[in-house]
Amino acid sequence: MNDTAIPGNGEYKWVGKRTIRPDGVDKVTGRAAYGADYSMPGMLFGKVLRSPHAHARIVKIDTSKAEALKGVKAVITAADWPEIPPQRASKGTAPVNFCHLSDNLMARRKVLYDGHAVAAVAATSPQIAKRAAKLIDVEYEVLPHVIDPVEAAADGAPLLHEDLFTGGLEEKPSAPSNVANRVKFAIGDIDVGFAAADEIVEREYTTKAVHQGYIEPHAVTANMSEDGTATVWSSSQGQFMIRQYCAGLLEVPASNIRVIPAEIGGGFGGKTTVWLEPHALLLSKKAGRPVKMQMSRDEVFRASGPTSGSWMKIKIGAKKDGTITAGQAEYKFQAGAYPGSPVQLACMCGFTPYDIENVESVGYDIVVNRPKATAYRAPGAPIGAYGIESALHELARKLDLDPMEMRLKNAAKQGTKTSYGPTLGVVGNIETMTAAKDHDHYKAPLGENQGRGVASGFWFNVGGETSCAVSLLEDGSVMVTSGSPDIGGSRASLCNMAAEVLGCDVENVKAIIADTSSLGFNRHTGGSRVTFAAGIVVTDATKDIVQQLRERAALIWDIDVDAVEWVDGEARPAGPNAGEFEPLTLADIAGKTLETGGPINAKKSMNVQAPGPAFGTHIVDVEVDKETGHVTILRYTAVQDVGKAVHPSYVEGQIQGGAAQGVGWALNEEYIYDDQGRMENPGFLDYRIPVASDLPMIEAVMVEVANPTHPFGVRGVGEVPIIPPMAAIANAIEDAVGVRMADLPMSPPKVLAALDAAD
Amino acid sequence: MANVIINREIARQYTEGQTEIEVTSDNIRAVIRELDARFPGVGQVLRTDMAVAIDGEIYQDVLLEPVGPNSEVAFIPAIEGG
Repeated sequence: MNDTAIPGNGEYKWVGKRTIRPDGVDKVTGRAAYGADYSMPGMLFGKVLRSPHAHARIVKIDTSKAEALKGVKAVITAADWPEIPPQRASKGTAPVNFCHLSDNLMARRKVLYDGHAVAAVAATSPQIAKRAAKLIDVEYEVLPHVIDPVEAAADGAPLLHEDLFTGGLEEKPSAPSNVANRVKFAIGDIDVGFAAADEIVEREYTTKAVHQGYIEPHAVTANMSEDGTATVWSSSQGQFMIRQYCAGLLEVPASNIRVIPAEIGGGFGGKTTVWLEPHALLLSKKAGRPVKMQMSRDEVFRASGPTSGSWMKIKIGAKKDGTITAGQAEYKFQAGAYPGSPVQLACMCGFTPYDIENVESVGYDIVVNRPKATAYRAPGAPIGAYGIESALHELARKLDLDPMEMRLKNAAKQGTKTSYGPTLGVVGNIETMTAAKDHDHYKAPLGENQGRGVASGFWFNVGGETSCAVSLLEDGSVMVTSGSPDIGGSRASLCNMAAEVLGCDVENVKAIIADTSSLGFNRHTGGSRVTFAAGIVVTDATKDIVQQLRERAALIWDIDVDAVEWVDGEARPAGPNAGEFEPLTLADIAGKTLETGGPINAKKSMNVQAPGPAFGTHIVDVEVDKETGHVTILRYTAVQDVGKAVHPSYVEGQIQGGAAQGVGWALNEEYIYDDQGRMENPGFLDYRIPVASDLPMIEAVMVEVANPTHPFGVRGVGEVPIIPPMAAIANAIEDAVGVRMADLPMSPPKVLAALDAAD
Repeated sequence: MANVIINREIARQYTEGQTEIEVTSDNIRAVIRELDARFPGVGQVLRTDMAVAIDGEIYQDVLLEPVGPNSEVAFIPAIEGG
């Protein structure tokens, strides 16, 4: 269990305050060092050669011309990588299949998507590396390809893996398939539930693969010595993950690899795995020099992982009074070239905002000739919510009920049994929906061709392995050391929490993100876990520091430690019987550490649990231009249970950012392929993410239903806000112009076609 | 006794269709051992890539987490976020 003792009575000095962000000055002045900002003497530049084919057998690779080019110091192919057989695919605590990961990073026998790596070079300049890559001669036998999950699951589809047999079936299949797995979650009896319904809505929906769209492309510098030890500088969501994955892929001891984290220019799940680090290490090993590698934006799109595109069928039934009697969902998700789409999470999350007696969700994980799907904020949940929340809106309209009232009537709460098993604990779903319904946005008047939509979403949140340290420095200032990259403001939040426990000025506390040699293992930053999990560990470590401070004061005063209390950042005698002493500040005690036992530090490691799930409800107003099909977002309000906002500005930023990404997913973003399976829009000119002028100010409304397992009541906040937007916008479009958009993105040509079809 | 909840698919294969099973064990490792003794093979499934929700709170990769006499123990897939 987590330590739930709350240091304070709920009225905090620093927790909940908008303190100055510790990384702000360096970021706005350009001083912050990101992945591409590292250089070393003698450094080489790496370049990956990628497949131009969606599906092809590698017949032969001839690297001799590239190796002969002046300035080229190393060339690698799959022959230089350890081949990891399926028997060694699982290693330790790493949540990946190393066999698939290795093959995805460097194709061995077949290329499985446009952009799949087949070789890499290191040379004395980026230009030479690029020329050398072009000199590598790869002979391919082009094979038929498939990029759509429904087509890939059909009989006779081109087969990606001859050794892939569908899991999760009642009988083990006799033939290989592109369907990697089938999952099913159910509660009650949907036949009974639908029989009890007065109205039923059933519809198919599709979504496209979309990229996380982080601004900073992948970048790494690696230096491997002759003795096999290595240092890696890279931007990722987890330096310990980089070490763990590189060690597993290259089959070297983890202790040989030190990873130094850079600042990160966005990840959103897309940097929860390795993309270039193993290539740079192998090239460095072969060349005997440091190697720097960067992806172009083209490579980011073609070769890193977007989230899945999907097909789904949703069916929901309800009584005339709005009581939902049954919900059914069937999902087919693109996994990309290797198994592992987030379809299971879609099955688990979709109906969870509601208390429904009869639910069945079935999901299929399907491999296709696309880059392997990677995590993207609340993986799977936004896709499922798009279908379910859209169908719910239609159902409310059919029943002539207010969509928000219908959601509230069926809202899940503490004690609701979910379709995936557990009964919900303390959650703020009803509070969040009520705040949305009562918001003045929900009652504001609308004009012609304008409409309003609402949608809700659920995410579990995550804890996990977390190590932190807190140190009292020689002048009385305090250093918090975290092992989790700061993507959403965790340094500021950890400083707030440490200062709260110490009772000192927050400016007296600084936080850094340490390299892998400084702390015990940390799970990567993801799943909305760091402010929750590292917050618990830092709070625990800081309490330890306070205890040490009391012990040192007791030594200085020569009284019993129980006679010393820690109040407002200083040690004081606990009462008149303790004696009369002037209070000792952090600086006072720091100045006497030599004579009282040495440095004052606390290191803590925990596998933090019970993260406390979160819910959100969004309201959006749109205006549809009937001449062009263009949808303008007029107003956006995102309401979310955040537990406790330790640093409200960052929480608002998370909510606004998630909603903005959802707007892009809803209206414009999609991977577009030609008939050869080649991506046609691998750049921000043709893959359109929202810009500031596309969006109104997104109002973030923070509902605070404290998570009882966290000392300050924190819940994760980063995942939930991307779940409702697509359905909310689809519902708003229907409200505005009466057409149901069941295929993302709802781009102008599609909206126009739907309007024309409705006329 | 604590009430264990398992997915219908696992129940179909290992527990004769029972999705709710009462146990007397007082921590997760003992719960899995008790279930495996009654339904051979289910222990390996529950130990692999599964998390557990005890009274609604999710715990991943735990063995010694205590289970109260009236607890609800739901085995669910492990969760990875973005």
